[in-house]
Amino acid sequence: MLNYLWGAMIFIGILVAAFTGRLAEVTNGAVDSAKEAVAISVTMLGVMSMWTGIIRIGEKAGLMQAMTKKLRPFLKWLFPDVPEEHKAMDRIAENVIANFLGLGWAATPAGLMAMKELQSLNEHKDRASRAMCMFMIFNMSSLQLVSINIVAYRMQYNSADPSEIIGPGMITTLVSTAAAIAFGKIMEAIE
Amino acid sequence: MKIIAALSDMILPLVIVYILACGYSRKINVYEEFTEGAKDGFKIVLDILPTLIGLMMAVGILRASGTLEIISNAIAPAAERIGFPKDAVPISIMRLVSSSASTGILLDIFKTYGPDSFTGRFVSVMMSCTETVFYTMSLYFMSVKITKTRYTLAGALVANVAGIAASLILCRRLWG
Repeated sequence: MLNYLWGAMIFIGILVAAFTGRLAEVTNGAVDSAKEAVAISVTMLGVMSMWTGIIRIGEKAGLMQAMTKKLRPFLKWLFPDVPEEHKAMDRIAENVIANFLGLGWAATPAGLMAMKELQSLNEHKDRASRAMCMFMIFNMSSLQLVSINIVAYRMQYNSADPSEIIGPGMITTLVSTAAAIAFGKIMEAIE
Repeated sequence: MKIIAALSDMILPLVIVYILACGYSRKINVYEEFTEGAKDGFKIVLDILPTLIGLMMAVGILRASGTLEIISNAIAPAAERIGFPKDAVPISIMRLVSSSASTGILLDIFKTYGPDSFTGRFVSVMMSCTETVFYTMSLYFMSVKITKTRYTLAGALVANVAGIAASLILCRRLWG
C-alpha cells in the first residue's frame, strides 16, 4: 500500500509545484522535512524509552497476566462463540492489552495469532466468523490508555501543555470503542 | 471539563506509581528492568526513523507545493458547514489508509499551525481514537485468507466516525 501511496504523494506534490511555480519551496520542503524527522526521533527516543522501561517493570511484575484475568469476563461476553479456555481468548487478551498500553509492535503479532486461532474455530474458511468481525471492529476502534507518541510530538513542537490531550483522548477512545461494540452486537442480533 | 484536565495531568504519574508499586511488591529490581525495557524504546524508534524520514519528506513536498491547501480549500465549504476544521481534512482521510503517512501530516500540522491551535489540538485527540482501518483489515484478514469480511468494514468506519465526531464535539467545548 505504502509503496504506491508514497510515490503518488511525491509525484502529485511535484506536479502541483510545477504548475504553481513553487519548485524551489518543494526542494527546501523535502530536505527540511527529512532533517526534522531526525529531530523528532531524538525526542521520541527519550519519551518512548521511558514508556517501554516502565511497561517492562509492569510485565515483570505480572501485570499483563493480572490484566488478562480481569479481562476474561468481558471477553467472554464479547465473544460468546469462543470457548472460554480456547487459546484464541489469550491471544485476543494480549492484543487488547498491548493496544491499550500503546505497544503497537507487540499488539500486531498477538493479533495475527488471535486471527489464526479464530480461523481454527471458523466453519467457513473464506468467510469471517462473528467472533472475527467483533475482534477486528473492536481492534480498529483503537482503545488505548495514553497516546504517548502524540504527547512526544506535541512536545517537539513546543506545545505549552503537551499532555492536555490525554484526558480528551481517553474519553473519545471510549466513545469509538462503545460504538464499535454496539455496532458488532447489533449486527450479530440481526444476522 | 475540569475533570478532563485533571485526567490529563494525573494519568501518567498514576500509571508510573502503580507499576512501580507492583514491581516493588513483587521484589523486582525495578531500576534494572527499567533500563532493560528502555532499550526496547531505542529499537522501536530506530525502526520507525527511516519510515518517518520518507513520509515527512513526501508530506513536506505536498505542503510546500500547495497541494494540501488545494485539498483543504476544495472541501472547505462542506467541512465548515458541519464545523469541521478544513485543515484537518487531509489527515482525516489519510488516517484510514496509512499510520505513518498520517503521522507525517500530523507533524506538518503542528509545524504549520502549532500544536496548541484548534486544528492542532483536534488532530491530536482525533489521532488517539482512530485507526488505519484499511491497512489493518487487509493485514489481518489476508493472514488467514479470508475474503468475505461481512460487516467488519462498516463497523470499523462507524467506530472511527464516532471517534472523530466525539473529538470534534469535545474539542469545541474545551477549546472552541
